[in-house]
Amino acid sequence: MTISVKPSNSPPEKLQPTGWLKYLSFSLDHKVIGLQYLVCGFLFYLIGGSLAGAIRVELVSPLSDFMPREVYNQVLTLHGTIMIFLWIVPVVNGAFGNYLIPFYVGARDMAFPRLNAVAFWLIPPSGLMLITSYFINGAAQSGWTAYPPLSITTPAAGQIIWILSVLLLGGSSIFGGINFIATILKLRRPGLKLMQLPMYCWAMLGTSILVVLSTPVLAGTLILLSFDIVAHTGFFNPSLGGNVIVYQHLFWFYSHPAVYIMVLPAFGLVSEILPIHSRKPLFGYTTMVFSIMGIVVLGLVVWAHHMFTSGTPPWMRLFFTIATAFIAVPTGIKFFNWVATLWGGKISLNAAMLFSCGFIINFVLGGITGVALAQVPFDVHVHDTYFVVAHFHYIVYGGSVFVIFSSIYHWFPKFTGKMLNENLGRFHFIITFIGFNLCFAPQHWLGLNGMPRRVAEYDPQFQLINQISSVGALLMALSTLPFLWNIFQSSFYGDDAGDNPWNALTPEWLTSSPPPVENWKGEAPLVLEPYGYGEKDSKEPQEQIK
Amino acid sequence: MPKLSAIITLTSSLILGIGGVWIAYNVDMLPVSASINAPVYDELYRVLFIIGCILFIGMTALVIYSLIQFRRRPGETGDGINLEGNISLEIFWTAVPAIIVLFVGLYSYDIYDRMGGMQPLMHDHSSQMDNQAERVWGGIGSGPIETSLSKDSPSLPIELNAMQFAFIFHYPKGDIISGELHVPVGREVSLKMESKDVIHAFWVPQFRLKQDVIPGQPTILNFTPTKTGSFPIVCAELCGPYHGGMRSNVIVDEQKDFDSWLKENSKESI
Repeated sequence: MTISVKPSNSPPEKLQPTGWLKYLSFSLDHKVIGLQYLVCGFLFYLIGGSLAGAIRVELVSPLSDFMPREVYNQVLTLHGTIMIFLWIVPVVNGAFGNYLIPFYVGARDMAFPRLNAVAFWLIPPSGLMLITSYFINGAAQSGWTAYPPLSITTPAAGQIIWILSVLLLGGSSIFGGINFIATILKLRRPGLKLMQLPMYCWAMLGTSILVVLSTPVLAGTLILLSFDIVAHTGFFNPSLGGNVIVYQHLFWFYSHPAVYIMVLPAFGLVSEILPIHSRKPLFGYTTMVFSIMGIVVLGLVVWAHHMFTSGTPPWMRLFFTIATAFIAVPTGIKFFNWVATLWGGKISLNAAMLFSCGFIINFVLGGITGVALAQVPFDVHVHDTYFVVAHFHYIVYGGSVFVIFSSIYHWFPKFTGKMLNENLGRFHFIITFIGFNLCFAPQHWLGLNGMPRRVAEYDPQFQLINQISSVGALLMALSTLPFLWNIFQSSFYGDDAGDNPWNALTPEWLTSSPPPVENWKGEAPLVLEPYGYGEKDSKEPQEQIK
Repeated sequence: MPKLSAIITLTSSLILGIGGVWIAYNVDMLPVSASINAPVYDELYRVLFIIGCILFIGMTALVIYSLIQFRRRPGETGDGINLEGNISLEIFWTAVPAIIVLFVGLYSYDIYDRMGGMQPLMHDHSSQMDNQAERVWGGIGSGPIETSLSKDSPSLPIELNAMQFAFIFHYPKGDIISGELHVPVGREVSLKMESKDVIHAFWVPQFRLKQDVIPGQPTILNFTPTKTGSFPIVCAELCGPYHGGMRSNVIVDEQKDFDSWLKENSKESI
């Protein structure tokens, strides 16, 4: 049974502001909300990136000489929190999810448009609250992990604001997750089966299951932590009989799946982009679906690999080593399938394609170091060092952020009806790819040789490598300039994109650019083969849609 | 044609395999190894490095080759081949990673066992005879904790108190308090670690050892240094503003030098 949404069910159009003002309003249109997420996330990315720049400047010299030590700890805490909760999670889920999922299931909007708008409008205030806490009494300074007892003993105001802000952002994420599950399962156009959905729907379904199962655990944990701070309870405070390891278990029960909440949607987006620009069907659709679900199941039972040096019992270390390493199998399947999708295609080397391929290369390296880190004996040496910093930046920046850029190049024509400048886009890719690898590849060596993470000062023997890394960070910062110029220039003077510049088959391209309110003028198209590219029958793409 | 592509595939995988092994044996990224743990660790590291190099170079080469070989030439229109999947290929690249992962997991289990990490948790009878309920957690060690606590064992007991922002070592024998860790070479050290305030971590990169020092949870870490010299002790868990400055040294001496150090300092402090 599927439910079809009639246009008359939606709120009347006249209640919604038009023009650019609608992007500042409590709009219920999923496309507006998607772009709100994207632009808001990108503004926070610029702030989080500036904080990363401050960290790299501090680390140019081995002494703590650029900013006070307390401020350094606040900067690294804010950097981590902003990049995770205000940039990657909202953008790969909220922005592209809201924009694309209703198109992909053939609906006119999300299942709960008002909840959707609430979920977005929770983000700007909590983000502003988090950042302004710096000016009140100093922001939180216990890292984005907020391990007690450190988070209990550092200044309380900043830590409490941090907790409130993460709780609100977690709430926003849960609202989004419920909405995506309901939309994908219940708003599918009649005649469209689950196994005919574009891969991004499956990625969002898996991600939303993770969000709904694990985010409440983080919320509960942070509420207990706030009790410890303001009411002096002893849940995690060892001097009052509390247990600090329990906090770590509860925290990582959310925060490991959080990694998949950041990368699974990226996997989905890449699965949409690669077939279109290599003009080939997505290779191994069924195994791709099962590998997403495999990652979801395994992702829930691997959290303790963040705690191998915390005195966990041996059986637990063994179990979590094996479980973690096995995530490499479904992940590997996806990567082999993507390479097989490229194989024998007619590949356009445009910016979207380059960023997606950059993602594959970066993520493979991040995945390999991930399997190594899962091995307890390997981890006891490099845990909490720059090796780990390098590893997870290869996952979240080299992985998710590369995909976000790829997706912006791919869907910008749909968002605006204008083409981005491809040469500037390729230039942006080259600078970003070189800068990123220059920044993070040397950090593997730093970690192996004895530089711990989250330090403002370090052994002088590491200075040269840290300087190389900072040069890479500078390149990454500069690489946003051609991107911003491209967005600005193309929005006003870009070439007209037409409705379907990539000649794609997925439903969002089968309407005007930008699409009208409620997505299609007439009935939603029924796309049974979203990846039906290829020379087997040389029909025009549009003819294959029944 | 299929014969030719089989030969090309075989040769390139062979070159890749040899290349991976060559890189792993010629690119040394680890610091000096100075405990009996370290060579075992380096062995595991090398195996992981070989597998990692082969996979990374192989995948990168495949992506770059595909981008060049299958790029759209100017003026070219039309689609690629309509190929939606291949069951035997899917089985192949599910099974091979599964086997590699299983092999790595079992191998690292073996390494971990050799490091003494799989010893069951013990109650610490030596210092807490009156309080049997207090749990002492075992970190990775070079030998079973049980042996280190029995009377005929040669292991040297030292207590570590970590606090913001220093490591304070206490030698029960001679009642010495020191900011640096002095140990004799070739003898097992049994370090009983406890934190007074927040979580710290005791890390000696040259020993390939790290263990969190946790308030309310005493932890024992056993290790045996094999090289004389001075090595850094680094706090690896964010512990406050001076976290980066929370460093010390472990000074590994010959037995006779260590004995004289012990003697000298005992006199002063008693």
